[in-house]
Amino acid sequence: MALRIGVFVCDCGTNIAGFLDVPKVCEYAKTLPDVVYVKENMYTCSNAGIQEIMDAIKKHKLNRVVVAACTPRTHEALFRKACEDAGLNKFLFEFVNIRDQCSWVHQKEREKATEKAKDLVRMGVARARLLEPLKEIKIDVEKKSLVIGGGIAGMTAALSLAEQGFEVYLVEKENRLGGLLNYINQIYPSDANAQQFLEEIVKRVEKKKKIHVLLNSEVESVDGYIGNFNVRIRQKKESKEIKVGTIIVAIGAKPYEPMHMYNYDEYENVITQFELEKILKEKGKIDAESVVFIQCVGGRGERVRYCSRICCMNSIKNARIIKKMMPNANVYIIHKGMQTYGTEYEEYCRKAREEGVRFIRVRDAVPTVTSLEKKDGRIAVGFYHPGLRRKVEIQADLVVLSTPLIQREDAKRISQMLKVPLGQDGFFFEAHVKLRPVDFATDGIYMAGSCRAPASIDECIMQALAAASRAAIPMAKGYVEAEPLMPLIDESKCMGCGVCVEVCPYGAMKIVEKNGKKVAENIPAACKGCGACGASCIHKAIKMHHFADEQIMAQIEEAI
Amino acid sequence: MKGVLVIGGGVAGIQAALDLADRGIHVYLVEKEPSIGGRMALLDKTMSTNDCSICILAPKMNECFSHPNIEVLEYSEVIGVEGKAGNFKVKVKRKAKYVDATKCTGCGDCMEKCPTEIPNEYNSYLDKRKAIFLPFPQAVPRKATIDERYCLKLTKNRCGLCQKICKAEAIDYNQKDKIIELNVASIIVAIGSSLYEPKDLVEYGYGRYANVHTWMEYERLINAAGPTHGHLKCAPDGRRPKKIAFIQCVGSRDVKRCQWCSSVCCMVSIKSAMLANEHYGDLESYIFYSDLRVFSKRFYEYSKRGERDYKITYIHARPGEIKEDKRTKNLIIYYEDENEGKVKELEVEMVILATPIMPAKDVKQLAEILGIETNEYGFIKVKDYVFHPVETTREGIFVAGCCERPKDITESVVQASAAAAKAAEIAGLVEG
Ligand SMILES: Cc1cc2nc3c(=O)[nH]c(=O)nc-3n(C[C@H](O)[C@H](O)[C@H](O)COP(=O)(O)OP(=O)(O)OC[C@H]3O[C@@H](n4cnc5c(N)ncnc54)[C@H](O)[C@@H]3O)c2cc1C
Ligand SMILES: Cc1cc2nc3c(=O)[nH]c(=O)nc-3n(C[C@H](O)[C@H](O)[C@H](O)COP(=O)(O)OP(=O)(O)OC[C@H]3O[C@@H](n4cnc5c(N)ncnc54)[C@H](O)[C@@H]3O)c2cc1C
Ligand code: SF4
Ligand code: SF4
Ligand code: SF4
Ligand code: SF4
Ligand code: SF4
Repeated sequence: MALRIGVFVCDCGTNIAGFLDVPKVCEYAKTLPDVVYVKENMYTCSNAGIQEIMDAIKKHKLNRVVVAACTPRTHEALFRKACEDAGLNKFLFEFVNIRDQCSWVHQKEREKATEKAKDLVRMGVARARLLEPLKEIKIDVEKKSLVIGGGIAGMTAALSLAEQGFEVYLVEKENRLGGLLNYINQIYPSDANAQQFLEEIVKRVEKKKKIHVLLNSEVESVDGYIGNFNVRIRQKKESKEIKVGTIIVAIGAKPYEPMHMYNYDEYENVITQFELEKILKEKGKIDAESVVFIQCVGGRGERVRYCSRICCMNSIKNARIIKKMMPNANVYIIHKGMQTYGTEYEEYCRKAREEGVRFIRVRDAVPTVTSLEKKDGRIAVGFYHPGLRRKVEIQADLVVLSTPLIQREDAKRISQMLKVPLGQDGFFFEAHVKLRPVDFATDGIYMAGSCRAPASIDECIMQALAAASRAAIPMAKGYVEAEPLMPLIDESKCMGCGVCVEVCPYGAMKIVEKNGKKVAENIPAACKGCGACGASCIHKAIKMHHFADEQIMAQIEEAI
Repeated sequence: MKGVLVIGGGVAGIQAALDLADRGIHVYLVEKEPSIGGRMALLDKTMSTNDCSICILAPKMNECFSHPNIEVLEYSEVIGVEGKAGNFKVKVKRKAKYVDATKCTGCGDCMEKCPTEIPNEYNSYLDKRKAIFLPFPQAVPRKATIDERYCLKLTKNRCGLCQKICKAEAIDYNQKDKIIELNVASIIVAIGSSLYEPKDLVEYGYGRYANVHTWMEYERLINAAGPTHGHLKCAPDGRRPKKIAFIQCVGSRDVKRCQWCSSVCCMVSIKSAMLANEHYGDLESYIFYSDLRVFSKRFYEYSKRGERDYKITYIHARPGEIKEDKRTKNLIIYYEDENEGKVKELEVEMVILATPIMPAKDVKQLAEILGIETNEYGFIKVKDYVFHPVETTREGIFVAGCCERPKDITESVVQASAAAAKAAEIAGLVEG
């Protein structure tokens, strides 16, 4: 069939038309081979512009559409849909970026910008000529989910998914559910009883028929892709295989142990926040007339770089408990700026102040205090007081160190097994910090709770619900659609070297045996079409759909 | 299959709507303004990634608007709710725009010609807009709206220019408000926040000194799409500043004004200082803080980067007073440095005040309509702060984003998805 290309050039109000000569670009486009229709639009993306594209496809029997406008990042989907709605395969659409990469960057050079836009349009038309219709791939999604880790985050995610109608496997390494919550006495900022809360939620989890709780269990291996993960779980000596559509990682975090710091391993009345929690929970009392909490021990640049978010509130919580128990006790919190953000935490801090907890602010330097010395059974805590401009000492009977939450040992293993990244701080790394905070870049895998970053219980609950919402999307639909941008592997050229498997950031390539020969195979559901494999294959065995070498070469030829 | 109503089209409302729609649930998204996008559409860059805010939001706004399962009801308000979880009957008022949205192409001709200029709320009142307007260039939907409070035709039966200009014949002065009824299984409230006006803070000279601005004004000043095209200018001569001071907690954490911490302003000031330094490499910033709140993922690291790479100095002090040099309009800040225990002064060319994030303007009214409670701070109350962080006090109604308490974009998005999960649970719309 003869090529009939339509070119639409957008003014983008003044964003493009203000900096280059759009009518000239249009005139030029008309001279290009196979271009049968050219139109200037004020806003191609407006309802009117979209309608014009659709009408032109029908009226002029266009079989390729080129839009020269803003950027494919925000608008490609829209124009592709217009083509589709007018009965044209959406992969026969080509985007030419003449705003972000042309008019905006050459605002003072109208002539040159116009010339560049012409070049870009010529390149786009050249590629459009070689585009081929492609079909999206539909992949069925197993309506079951795997949740790794049975802390508050894992339990909440499992409950919500079950409530929404999905079957869930909740895998917990230890012999009980609850994670860190098992060790907590009261919960800030409401001072609710932690064990009571935990018992209630565990009961709800156990009662749900759709949740399979697997204690003393670990995930041994995972392969597959969204919708179709094959998971091997080992429970004590037994091992079993399940198939799930989605995975939520909720393996939590653990408190840092401050070995060889602040005389922690030397003095028995220097303890961690975690140990204090246990004492208060089990004994319900402590024996001390003066208690000093030291904040940021190991955090904020000392051993780990980040702020652990929860330890400031935790100190306030326990300082208040002690103060209530022993109104005459002196309770100090030595800190570098309390992190009591928001409404309730700020109020919590204010209450503590009113009740007589004494906050001492030191400089944001490491270490928080300069000396701990044992004197007559007490400990002298020495630090530089910025307000008084001298070193000060406080006598304490008990010193409590606020240490940060850090990644659990298993984080690395899980990260490798699922091919999902950890950040520099050791916590799992999300697809986009702002807009995709509980998704991994890999489709079908999500995260929640303190394995993402230290978080309070309410935040763990919110993230868990969020992860459940995200995981429910493909499961509720029952399928996912993948763009057919994946590589085509020429098995006669492929040597099975596995370089592509190494470079693929999404785990979408694997090596398989075919006719006694090792060759690469693509997993379309996991593939994002990024082209990393194609670019890295030294045997030229990989061709990319929609970004075929010929298509790219045609563009380059027009450019030079 | 009953749908879900989302009230408020900021990033939280958009995220909640998309999560639900993507899984096949029908969503009505009611937005008071003529465009969705909320506060994020007006920000320049976002901490802690320094992404261009509108650039990362616009695709979501478009996706939302063109989603087959989402019906965006912009320029609308919820005026009545009856029924209960699983079966709410909701009345929505669609305000007249006096422009036929099916005809308007958003070309802007009318806005150019309209003679009526009014202070532009979308640019923090730093410039003017017309009576017929788009809130901002990337508005979704990109359709003109006539502000009936100011339009000469609608108030005095004069003018009528826009109708003459409009090639699309989209202007319709006879349009009327419409009331529509929706039937939904659950509701998500995501109406965002408002900001405190620091006029009563005389010691900081807001409104009196030309070079003192709020942090929201700064967002527009540093924004290329804002009134100064992203150029920072100082009175009296329009020179660009070499030193800027940011003052934290101006009204927040203050029992006489807003007793809460607004959660994001410390980080936002660090961001703002970074952006200023990116614009002008020799620019120095001073951030006066009480406690620098940098608690979230990678925030503390960001604050350190600011100090190391962007010429930011953090000063632990609450300035007592700011004076203006009458001639240069420079500002002299008097403060006691708490790290040194000394009284000092610092001369800068521009001062930015981090004012409190407050409950949304009509939160009380909407809460009453919905039959939900607000808390002692005026934000929407959750059933339990720890255990039920997205449920309001009425079954079937959930909350997300800054209307619940001040929070950043990440946390707004998390809470939005969480609310979507809860709404889906209630709706019971998923086959077992
Ligand atoms: C001392 C202390 C006091 C605190 N006090 C409060 C408070 O008062 N209020 C508040 O809001 N927050 C508080 N917190 C924070 C809060 O307790 C935690 O952030 C929260 O419990 C974390 O929940 P989680 O589910 O993310 O992780 P976790 O509770 O750590 O649970 C993770 C679970 O995953 C399991 N797991 C790990 N690896 C694997 C694997 N490979 N396979 C299977 N399972 C695995 C673990 O065994 C664990 O059960 C406190 C934290 C500490 C340390
Ligand atoms: C100056 C400033 C700078 C900031 N910078 C950053 C930053 O860099 N990074 C970051 O993460 N966060 C930042 N934030 C915070 C960020 O803006 C919020 O987290 C985010 O916008 C909250 O989204 P939201 O959807 O809850 O509310 P909003 O964005 O405020 O959206 C609420 C929407 O609801 C609509 N609405 C209101 N009332 C009604 C009603 N009755 N009926 C229907 N609709 C209604 C509004 O018109 C609006 O569209 C900043 C905040 C400020 C003030
Ligand atoms: S003690 Fe406070 S400031 Fe220090 S790391 Fe913990 S939360 Fe952050
Ligand atoms: S195109 Fe990218 S995502 Fe797809 S297999 Fe190749 S490297 Fe992996
Ligand atoms: S109302 Fe008319 S003139 Fe105004 S933007 Fe819409 S189409 Fe253009
Ligand atoms: S009729 Fe109203 S909106 Fe139209 S141009 Fe006149 S004042 Fe402006
Ligand atoms: S975030 Fe910072 S500036 Fe804002 S109220 Fe809290 S402490 Fe003050």
